[in-house]
Amino acid sequence: MSKVRVKQHPILGPQEEGQWVTIYFNGKPIKARKGEPIAASLYAAGIRVFRYTKRFQEPRSLFCGIGRCTDCMMTVNDVPNVRTCITPVEEGMRVEQQKGLGQWSEKNATS
Amino acid sequence: MSSREGILYTGTPSDEERLNCPGRPSEERIAKGPVAVIECVQEIPCNPCEAACPFGAIKVGRPITNLPQLDEEACTGCGVCIAACPGLAIFKIDETYSEREALVEFPYEYYPLPAKGDTVTVVNRFGEAVGKGTVVSVKQPKKFDNTAVIGVRVAKELADQVRGMKGLSGSE
Amino acid sequence: MQQVDLAVIGAGPAGLAAAVEAATHGVRPVVFDENYRPGGQLFKQIHKFFGSREHLAGIRGFRIGEKLLADAYRLGIEVKLGATVYGLFPDRQLEVVCRQQKLSYQAQKIVLASGASENTLSFPGSTLPGVMSAGAAQTMINVNRVLPGKKVLMVGTGNVGLIVSYQLLQAGAEVACLIDAAHQLGGYGVHAAKVRRAGVPLKLGYTIVEAHGEEEVSAATIAKVDEKFQVIPGTEETLEVDTICLAVGLTPLTELAWITGCKFTYIPGLGGHVPVHNRDMETTVKGFYVAGDVTGVEEASTALEEGRLAGVAVAEALGYLDAGAAREKKAEIWRRLDQLRTGPFGSKRKQFKDSLIKEWSEYEQS
Repeated sequence: MSKVRVKQHPILGPQEEGQWVTIYFNGKPIKARKGEPIAASLYAAGIRVFRYTKRFQEPRSLFCGIGRCTDCMMTVNDVPNVRTCITPVEEGMRVEQQKGLGQWSEKNATS
Repeated sequence: MSSREGILYTGTPSDEERLNCPGRPSEERIAKGPVAVIECVQEIPCNPCEAACPFGAIKVGRPITNLPQLDEEACTGCGVCIAACPGLAIFKIDETYSEREALVEFPYEYYPLPAKGDTVTVVNRFGEAVGKGTVVSVKQPKKFDNTAVIGVRVAKELADQVRGMKGLSGSE
Repeated sequence: MQQVDLAVIGAGPAGLAAAVEAATHGVRPVVFDENYRPGGQLFKQIHKFFGSREHLAGIRGFRIGEKLLADAYRLGIEVKLGATVYGLFPDRQLEVVCRQQKLSYQAQKIVLASGASENTLSFPGSTLPGVMSAGAAQTMINVNRVLPGKKVLMVGTGNVGLIVSYQLLQAGAEVACLIDAAHQLGGYGVHAAKVRRAGVPLKLGYTIVEAHGEEEVSAATIAKVDEKFQVIPGTEETLEVDTICLAVGLTPLTELAWITGCKFTYIPGLGGHVPVHNRDMETTVKGFYVAGDVTGVEEASTALEEGRLAGVAVAEALGYLDAGAAREKKAEIWRRLDQLRTGPFGSKRKQFKDSLIKEWSEYEQS
């Protein structure tokens, strides 16, 4: 997993230490760099299946990386269909692999 | 189809293309000492090499899609143009380096950099290993903005083949 | 509703350049971008740019981005991030959602610089995790500094495919192969030569047949194609890769332009349907300007110039710049743009861009 982070780079130099936060993927804690998109934290942790489609339950992941294609949508802090390629991680964030279109929890329906 | 030669088909200039482009010094000039070899064979809008040369030895002019033209008498072989070329298409060769060896300088943008004195596997334009070379210089002043220029000494007959080295990171 | 001089949509090279240029002459712009980081695609461009040395050639893209942002902040330009413009209404009203809040603006002028998105390609397995656009991989390695995979097949040899292949190597990934259905290289030879020197095989006249894998990509089958791009049976080969990057062109993000009702034309060489505009970058809707990839997919260097052009035109139209000074500035920018649009790669683009301007005039006269 550590090899997936590009720590040294010929042009960009060594990666700054930066701040780390913990997010939870399906309840499992993952170290993430503060401010990076959720998708980057998951890839760095070796997780590439972000959701399953509604009709055929096919796996989907990051595709366009600019918030256009919606392939990378996941349920984040109980909010479904969050574009993880452009949403920065925050301490304690709960990220769930989404099934189909996801579900709004009662809590969010009223907030 | 794939047997066709040339930059459009192989992604690297054919001998005919590179030997006939205006950035190529003559064999006589190469025999005299260090000189820039510009392997820029496509008319793309680009001219930083022209300003980079402190001796005015590279001319692009207008339009900026002109191929760079080397004034081989004015070129001192200083190598400053190597890192200035966004296409990493400029090299320096010095066939007078020693009796049996030539010096080749090429741009290198990988991590880690080799160190002076290292023995490295040198490669041709297709990335094929063609022999061993010894690193004699690793230049990376601030002005090069992380395009390092590596100088290696290689067997003289390899001077016009060697255009890079095998990477040092990874599985090696 | 907030009143603003100029609303710029998109904080990439074109949008920021438009805002900076306009603000230099006294216009007060607000820039909107749905991303949380400004700069558009500039910050993932870590290579040295081509072009004319008098205009940023030889400088790495992300440094151009840093400079542009510094200029924007020095000039006190408001850049609203996480702000999606979802509606444009008559009289240049903008509706925006910013961090779950709804905002409304009325702008005297609008510059749309929404950029473009990458195309995809359909083949069995093309939706598997591990198949991604080349630009997404580029963002992962150069901005987020995370490898999208360890062994990559690159599909497409335009400049995007070539540059991203090189940058994947620089980040420490392996590029197993570079393929293109065309029988000729699409992008600049010098970009290909860098990748070739690293020993990456280049297979022209090849297409991807299938991506294999249960939950993620574990291999890819490629095959030769004939002159009509049909697979030649028996030429299939399977490569063990965990990632497949698609670099098969871009399409302008024109949704907001369509809403305004401005005139469009269809030019495949510019990426498809694009709004027509005049030499000030103004569309057929008065006060609504476009700049950068949204009006034809080109490069960051041309996007910067088009942004500046729109910025000057807006400053002139709002009375911040007199006609003589504006004319001089615009002529200078056009001269640089024309230089970027020459040669075997650029001259076709110049033809297309000229035809956009011609269509604008014809529409205005009709």
